[in-house]
Amino acid sequence: MSAVPKPLPQITPEMAPFWEAARRHELMVQRCRGCGTRRFPARELCSRCLSRDAGWERVSGHGQVFSFAIMHQVYHPAFADAVPYAIVVVELEEGARVLSNLVDCPTADVAIGLPVEVVFEDVAPDVTLPKFRPRRAAA
Amino acid sequence: MPADPLRGAAAIVGLGITPQGKVFHTGALGFAVDAVKLALDDAGLAREDIDGLLLNPGLAWADLGMGSFQLQQAMGLRNLRLSATMNLGGATACAMIQHASQAIAAGLATTVVCVFSDMPLKPPAPKGDRASAASAYGFARGWEQAYGFFGVNAMYALVARRHMHRYGTSQDHLGAVAVGQRRWATLNPAAQLRDQPLTLDDYHRSRWIVEPFHLFDCCLVSNGGLAVIVTGAERARNLRRPPVYLWGMGQGHLGGDPADTLTSGAVLAREPAFRMAEITLRDVDVVELYDCYTFTVIVTLEDYGFCAKGEGGPFAAEQVTGPGGRVAVNTGGGQLASFYMWGMTPVSEAVIQLRGDGGARQVPRHDVALVSGNGGILSTHSTLILSRLPS
Repeated sequence: MSAVPKPLPQITPEMAPFWEAARRHELMVQRCRGCGTRRFPARELCSRCLSRDAGWERVSGHGQVFSFAIMHQVYHPAFADAVPYAIVVVELEEGARVLSNLVDCPTADVAIGLPVEVVFEDVAPDVTLPKFRPRRAAA
Repeated sequence: MPADPLRGAAAIVGLGITPQGKVFHTGALGFAVDAVKLALDDAGLAREDIDGLLLNPGLAWADLGMGSFQLQQAMGLRNLRLSATMNLGGATACAMIQHASQAIAAGLATTVVCVFSDMPLKPPAPKGDRASAASAYGFARGWEQAYGFFGVNAMYALVARRHMHRYGTSQDHLGAVAVGQRRWATLNPAAQLRDQPLTLDDYHRSRWIVEPFHLFDCCLVSNGGLAVIVTGAERARNLRRPPVYLWGMGQGHLGGDPADTLTSGAVLAREPAFRMAEITLRDVDVVELYDCYTFTVIVTLEDYGFCAKGEGGPFAAEQVTGPGGRVAVNTGGGQLASFYMWGMTPVSEAVIQLRGDGGARQVPRHDVALVSGNGGILSTHSTLILSRLPS
């Protein structure tokens, strides 16, 4: 266990609905009401249709690894015991791409196209991080 | 088609490079001042000759608003007719030189200094505290730190991984770029890694930073400053050093997600630049490509047409870009092995080569150089075609 706690996400008003949903163990992304494009992270404007009108929508949490990077260098002392760990960009079935960690998977097995599902890690009483793990066969 | 009136109308006449790398005796502003002084000495010009100032502020300038004005005041420059602070990241250097030449042609200014400086490295802590060795490039944005997503290396790694997936680019291919440039660096007395030859085995054994990037895939983040002076062709001919004429220029900024395009803005910038220069790729003797990572070189080689799209890796693996090879690429060792001054590194090496000042690394035929700049994560791009010949 590291002596230094891992940093918590800076929760901006724009991203607050995402973190509130995560606390309920739900994954939500923003959706443009102008053209229907789903996006992550939250933005004021849709870069496709320039609409400011957007809402939040719950998504399945299923997707696949679009790209990944394995972090070896320690940039923050709290991650000294965590390296190497996987950063993934997950392309959700609904379309948006979400940056997160892949857990429950050896770093050597991370691959583009790997089917994944969301899991929720409660890291503080009021903060939950959506992460991903290799998708398990449906029960 | 009529010749572009800007072709050959301006030239680089002064080059100033401060000590580079782990140097801590001044700050970002001080490095900029020193670089301008060195460039003036090189050109045989006086401070009073400068009537235009373009600044590309590095990360350490973040709190210095109106950077070009700060620099003007620090240097006691009076009566500037052109002043701007520009930031296209690593594409700024070539873009500043473009704007300088346009301003000169338009009569806005006669002699424009273009400068970059930065101080991303902190001095070593007394007790060898490892954290103090970190550079300003290890930053995290807002919520991303919670996931341990830090630094520009990681952002680029995500794009490189897509290129590897889509085109079969391999770790050996990335390593080939590092090896080729290191061979050049061993011939460059100013390169920080001049005394450290590199084999492909050494490359594979070097520690991971962010996989797929080893230590030697990443540029040498450096403290320092670098300036060039641009003036009209006629005045250029009467100064101390041989002029380096501006034959062609272009910019290209694709936008969108680089993980989708896997392409630099060179695909937009190259055509106007080569058309203006009235040459083709075959006429280029010296190639100085922006190389924040080995991966960036592979993409840029593809996008200028040295090989087909996706073939940049195998092209690099042929080892035709090192000393004595068919295509002389990053002849000073580049940012990977010499020093990292954003887009000023490739510009400066092109000037050195075209002047014939390359010493042991001098490329035998050195009439025309292609220079690229790249900013962000393949976000911005600029091109210069330079020549020692007036036309």
